[in-house]
This record gives sequence, structure tokens and C-alpha cells, in this order.
Amino acid sequence: MAETATHSADHAADHGHSSTGISNNKLAMWLFLGSECLLFGGLISTYMLYRGRVSDGPHPEQIFDIPFTSVSSFVLLMSSLSMVLAVTSAQRKDYSRTNLWLLVTAILGATFVGGQIYEFTAFYREGLGFSTSLFSSSFYTLTGFHGVHVTVGVIMLLSTVGILKKNRATGDKAESVEIVGLYWHFVDVVWIIIFTLVYLIPA
Amino acid sequence: MSTATESHEDTHEHGMSDAGYIKIALILAAITALEVSTYYVDFGPLFLPSLIAMMFVKFFMVVSYFMHLKFDNKLFSLMFYIGLGLAIFVYVAALATFKFFM
Amino acid sequence: MAIIERPDTATVPAVVTPSQAFGVIKRPVASSGWREWLFTVDHKKIGIMYGAVALFFFIVGGVEALLIRLQLAAPDGRILSADQYNQMFTMHGTTMVFLFGMPMAAAFANYFLPLQIGARDVAFPRLNALSLWLLVVGGLILNASWFLGGAADGGWFMYAPNSGPVFSPSNGVDYWVLGLQVAGLASLIGSINLIVTVLNMRAPGMTLMKMPIFTWMILVVQFLLVFSLPVITVALVLLMFQRSYGATFFDVSQGADPLLWQHLFWIFGHPEVYVLILPAFGIISEVLPTFSRKPLFGYPFVVFSGAAIGLVGFGVWAHHMFASGLGPVSVAVFSIATMAIAIPTGVKVFNWLLTMWGGKIWYTTAMKFAIGLVTLFTIGGLSGVTHSVAPSDTQQTDTYYIVAHFHYVLFGGMVFGLFSGFYYWWPKVFGKMLNEKLGSWNFWLMVIGMNMTFGPMHILGLQGQPRRMYVWTEARAGEGFFNLGFWNLIASIGSFILAAGVLFFLINIVHTAKKGKVAPADPWDARTLEWITTNPPKPHNFDRIPVVHHLDEFFHRKYAEDTATHTMKRYATAEEVIKAEEDAADAHIHLPSPSYWPLVLALGIGVLCMGVVYGVPVMVVGAAILVFSVFGWVLEPSTADDSEIDPPSVDGSTKEIAPIG
Repeated sequence: MAETATHSADHAADHGHSSTGISNNKLAMWLFLGSECLLFGGLISTYMLYRGRVSDGPHPEQIFDIPFTSVSSFVLLMSSLSMVLAVTSAQRKDYSRTNLWLLVTAILGATFVGGQIYEFTAFYREGLGFSTSLFSSSFYTLTGFHGVHVTVGVIMLLSTVGILKKNRATGDKAESVEIVGLYWHFVDVVWIIIFTLVYLIPA
Repeated sequence: MSTATESHEDTHEHGMSDAGYIKIALILAAITALEVSTYYVDFGPLFLPSLIAMMFVKFFMVVSYFMHLKFDNKLFSLMFYIGLGLAIFVYVAALATFKFFM
Repeated sequence: MAIIERPDTATVPAVVTPSQAFGVIKRPVASSGWREWLFTVDHKKIGIMYGAVALFFFIVGGVEALLIRLQLAAPDGRILSADQYNQMFTMHGTTMVFLFGMPMAAAFANYFLPLQIGARDVAFPRLNALSLWLLVVGGLILNASWFLGGAADGGWFMYAPNSGPVFSPSNGVDYWVLGLQVAGLASLIGSINLIVTVLNMRAPGMTLMKMPIFTWMILVVQFLLVFSLPVITVALVLLMFQRSYGATFFDVSQGADPLLWQHLFWIFGHPEVYVLILPAFGIISEVLPTFSRKPLFGYPFVVFSGAAIGLVGFGVWAHHMFASGLGPVSVAVFSIATMAIAIPTGVKVFNWLLTMWGGKIWYTTAMKFAIGLVTLFTIGGLSGVTHSVAPSDTQQTDTYYIVAHFHYVLFGGMVFGLFSGFYYWWPKVFGKMLNEKLGSWNFWLMVIGMNMTFGPMHILGLQGQPRRMYVWTEARAGEGFFNLGFWNLIASIGSFILAAGVLFFLINIVHTAKKGKVAPADPWDARTLEWITTNPPKPHNFDRIPVVHHLDEFFHRKYAEDTATHTMKRYATAEEVIKAEEDAADAHIHLPSPSYWPLVLALGIGVLCMGVVYGVPVMVVGAAILVFSVFGWVLEPSTADDSEIDPPSVDGSTKEIAPIG
């Protein structure tokens, strides 16, 4: 028993410092994303519970602009492709490509956020304030939380570009890009769920 | 631990080529188009199940391929899917007590 | 700040030229005194600070409890007004759970987890410091409410719609929400940090099933935290939006369902219960074998029952809501799940009993507290089983019977476990032995006080005294044995005996600091890895990262089986074992450098939160500090550059510099 233990220990030592052979940063990011599942789960459940409860103001199906949201959903989905291309470029150490794809991703993300701001103002003009009804409060909270996540993601993408350009990265560059990517894809994945449950399935 | 050896081989393969990712993106785009079409075309009783199914397919495609979970260390999958599983379990149970599904 | 393994520093001129990590602020490399603590990233210093903060809040929460008991000691109590009483029990519960229970467990985890797995620090030292400072900020926000218009007054689970602006008009609940949000963030960051540490930073040879049991229990707790905290975050966000920005989530007139809060709170709140108790279980699972001179009975059972408790703990939350009209199906399901969770808990109790069975028991104070936990927790566990039976629970809900139950499991369980840990590990942390005689006073007063305080509450509760009642009258107190007045008085006297017990602990700390006995290398003949180093440990923990071959590695380095008699025989002393490690010291030891950013970032988050109460300009300032410090953090390498160290290293030395914060 003791011998097998030391054997596997030596084996682990060959692969760097960690006992499992995987990166601390990536493991932490995945744990964070696992935790975020319960955060968005709570917000989505709140919305699902309250979406039909409209004491005042417009109902969801009266107000949603499906064609518009479909386009912005598509934009966010495609930003996942540009993100993954940034990661593969970084793994090839092709940093000018990496920066290009990161910028594309950030622009697509910013477009999505812009679309959301437009959508919110349009809804507000149609009489859907934050405290109008249970539907409005839970809708704005859920999509607003998601929007903040996307905005933070855009800032992270732009900062990564800056850090790579100025060569100020403190760790493994490809891994940093990959971790930003994980966050970005997660935000996209959450929108996949929101788009279906909130917009496409009527209350 | 056996995962240590597996992971190391896997991280070198790292999944797919750029062309592969573009293919995945095209499939995702097609599914999205199909999803949006439910808004215009009446799917009848298939409406709800097909939308939920498409949502899950898209979700797992992004997670498995774009986020590399399929090719990466199983520990990452464990961390993420425990969170996802618990989220589905507790919130479905909580909504059930509100008689949401009836 | 200390510099280790540096040869002949005296000959080196002291030139300080720290490079600028970001902007104008220079990196804290050559700090001493208070700076050594404020900017440290050393898990041991952070652990000690966690402990100090938690102990402070234990006293705060204790004083609140004493005021509650004074108010209820006699009929028509006038110590507190109804409003003050509401604030008092709310803050007592909140403080004890979030500012004492969790941080004290975090203190033990921070200090001992890296030592027990043979690591030199946690996976993310700066995040570790951030967790500590966020906790401090959260605690300050929570308690600032006392001085800024009154504390929260809705009970520690803050049920809606009672928590809304109509029924709780003061800013107390706002501070409560923000404080918990910040403290929750601290725990979330800490839990991710510790999980990564346990999974990735174990010493060579330490497989998961060779990990010390305390580390295992802490690991389970961190998983509970990482997956339950986001749920309370959602609940708190909803409440904050309702109170501060006019959302409608719990507004019944709009058709809201206040039960939503109860669900969200208890989906978090029930795992939270295990977050509080499992570290104590882990501590006594170290203490009982050590002082019984036997290995832990059924180690895999203790591990897997701990994991099972963690998993099932996510499926029983609605047993806190049996009286809320969930419907028969939900009640039946959660009732059965709750009964089921008693099984792994019972397994643990039997493991502890069988660990002691046939052992050569050494009745130290640590051991007494551990035995106290097994006894008192079992009593609390049994009354807990009565709650799992929904019809019985319906009658007991919101009576003192519930108060009795959870104080038996939390005080008799959690607090006794933590005290056991104090006495067991004090020599490890401070290099001095806590006084055993004072310890004995400490223990017996606490046992007597605790049973006198919480025992009568069973009777009070079954007689129908409601929880959170701020005053009772003689006219309705009842007759004879079941007279409420008599048992309330007993409970109040008990609470002061309990406080005297805690006072003995504080006296013991001072006494030990002044003239305590210097601890030998291995005062308890201990079994696990944290003892294979000096007392207190060196800044880098281990001269050589130990290679692990056994569960209870330290024990197996001291003892081996005598083949003739089939008994364990001592072959080496602890000093010899430690010496052997020191002689084979690693040449290159690198430790992370101290940093300003955790503290600055925590302050930024604190200011940002105050903006919710004090308006957007405050929020903007907070956000600016936040952004500034995040960029500072990201651009700062974890280890300081050689040029930043004072004095710079000398060429030709065999040892690398190791700056330690």
C-alpha cells in the first residue's frame, strides 16, 4: 500500500505542483461556475414563479419583441465562437490573433448589452417599471443580473487585451485567456436558458 | 488517483480544430433558428418539449465543446455538474411545492 | 515580514527599491509590526486573525444573549423594550452563526488545513486575506446598525413580509442584508480557495483516503458553502431590491408569495447548519483518537457519513417550514428525508463511542470538551428527530422547544467542538500550553451552565412559551413544576454560569500568554501531519514537504508494530521525527509576498455596499476603489520581485529568499 502511494506521488510530482495535475486557477473557476448555477437558478425560479403575476402594467407576451431578442441572442451565441477561437490562438501562442478575437468577442458582447439597454428603455416606455408588478421586478432582476455579468465579461476581455499587449500578464497567458473564456461561455449558456424559458415559452 | 494520469493526456489533445468549433457554432445557430421558428409556426403539443430539448442540447454543446468539459479533466465536470444538478434539484423541488408544475 | 534561509544578512547594505506594482502604491515587502498582520497572506496569521475576530463576536453575541436572559428572568422584564428585544435576538442569532460559528471554523480550517495536508500555504493566499477582510467589513456593517438607527429586528431568518419596509422601517434590515452579503462573499471565496487547496496541494502520497479527518470534514463544509451561499445571495438581493429600490418580490398586495423567501433562505439555511457542526465533528474526530490512544474507529465510515450528511443536507430544507402549509405530499417527503439524515449522524456518534471503547483515555480539557460534544449533541440530535415528525413539529414550531433543540446541537455541538480544538491546538499555534486547571473550571462551568440554560427550555417550550416573546406575566405563568417563572429563572441563572465558564477561558488565554508552560514538540502524542513541525510552525510550515505513507502519518513515524506481541511500540520521539525532516530541508522555498490589495479591495466593497443606504455618490466611490484594487491585484505577481526585497539577495547563496508576510 505504501509503495503504490509513493509511486503515484512521484507521478504527480512529475506534472508540477498539484496533486491532481490540474491548474488551481481553472479548478477555482469551475467551482465558481458551479456556484453560479445556483445563483442564476434562484433568479430564474423567482421569475418562473412570478412571470404570470401581473397586477398592473403589461403582460410578458404583450411586451416581448421576439425577433429583436432573437437577433441579440444570436449575437451572444456567436461571441462564444470568437471566444473559443481566441483561446485556440492563445494556445498556439499567436497573440495578435488572440487579441483580434478577444476584441471581436468584446464587441459582440457590448452589442448584446446595448441591445438589452435598448430593450429595457423600450419596455419602460411601454409602462413596465421596476416596481410595476411581480413580473416586472423579477424580469428586470434576472435579465439585469445577466447583463451585469456580460458587462463584467466585456471589461475582463478588454483588460485581457490590454494586459497581453503590454505584456503585463502575471501567469500563463493561454490559461488566463481560457479562464476568461470559461466565464464568457457560462454567461452565454445562461442566456440560452433565459432565452428559452423567459422569452420563447409564454406564461 | 487515476484522474491525474487521464487529465495529463487529455490536456494535450485539447479537443478540436478551429474548423470543428465553427461547425459546432453552425449547429448552434441552426438550433437557434429552429427555436425562434416555434414563435411563428405552431408546433402543437411538441412545442414545450421540443423547446426544452433544444435548450438542453445547446447548453450541453457549449459546455462540452466550447468550454472543453468533454475533453478536460473529469474533476472540472464534477465541480460544475454537482452545482448544476443541485440547482435543478432544489429549485424544481421548491417550485413543485408552489404547485408550479400542475 | 521575515526572511528565511538567508545567509549572513548583516553584511548586506539595506537598500530598499521596491518596484511599483501598480500606479503609485509600492508593494509592502519590508513590513513589520502591525503591517506584518494587515498585509499578510500567510495562512497561519490569517487563521489567528480569523480566530480573534470570531472570539470578539462570540463575546458580543454572548452579551446579547445575557441581556435576553436578564429580560426573561422575572415577570414583566424591563431591561429591554420590545423593540430592543427584537433587535437583540436577531443580532444574537446572526452574530453567533455568521460572525462566530463560521469564522471560527474558518480560523481552524485556515490554520490547520494546509498543515494537515503538508502544504506551505493555501492555493490562493491573497484571496485568503480578502476573505478575512471581507468578513471584518461584513461584521462591521452588521454591527454598525446599532449606532445608526437600530439593528435588524426580524429574527435571524428574517421572514418576509416582516422584513419589508412596512414592518421594519429602520435601516437595520438594510445593514443586515449588506453585512450578510459581504460576509457571504467572504465565505464563498474562502470555500473555493480551500477546496482547491485540498484537491491540489496535498503532500506526495496523501491520497484522499489518507487525509486527516478534520481536513475531510472541512472539505465537505466548503462544498456545502460553495453551493448554498449563492442561494442566500439571491434571497438577499431580492430583499435589498425590495427595500431599497421598490421591487415587489414579497409584497403580498401585488400577489407575491412570502414563502419564496422561506424556501430560498432554508435551501441555504439547512446546509448552513451542517456548515456549523461538521468542523466541530472534524475537530473531535482528531481529539478523541489522540486521547484514547487508538485510531479513529471506522475512518471510512466517518468520511462517507460526513459526505452523506452534506449531500442529504440539501434535500431537507422544508422541514423548517412544516407549519407554513406546504401540503401533505411535500411535508411527507421532507419529513422522511429529515429522518434519513439522522442515520449518518448517528453513525458518527457510534464511531466516536467505539473509538473511546477500550482506549486508554486521557482526560485532558480537550478530551472533556470532545466527550461533552458527543453527549450534548446526542441529546440535541434526539430532540431534532422529534422535529422530523411533522405533526409533533407543528406543535413545537416557534416555541422554546426549538430554541432548546438548536442550542443543544449548536452550543453543545459546535461550541464544545471548537473549545476542544482550542485546548488541543493551542500549543501548536502559540507554542504554550493552556492551563489545564483553569480549563477544567472552564469545562465544568460550561457544561453545568449550558444544561441549566437550555435544558429547562424543553419544558418551557412544551408548555407553550413562544420563541421571541419579550415579556411574560406571572398571571399566565402556570402552577407547580411547570411554572414558567421558575424555569425561566433557572435558565437565566444558567446563562450566567455559562458566561463564567467562558470568562475562565479568557482568563486562561491571558494567564497562558503571561506565564504559560512552553509546549513540548508533541504534547499530546498526536497522530497527524501538523505536528511534524515546530510549535508554533515556521513561516514556511515544513522544512521538507513530508512524504505520506499512512493515514495518521505522524503516529506511524513514531510507532511501529512489534511483530512478537502484535502491539504498537514506540520507536522514535517526536523530536527525532522533526529533526529528520529538518535535516533534509528543501533548498528552495518560495512563499507568496504580502499585498495591500486584499485589504483595499475589501474596503472598496464595504464602501460600495454603504452606497445602497447612503446613495449613489458613495457607491461610485466604492466602485472606483474596487476597480482600482482589482487592477492592482491582477497586475501584481504573487511573489515579489527580487529587487523589491529588503535587503536584496546575495549571489552565491544556496538558499533562495523567501519573503513571508
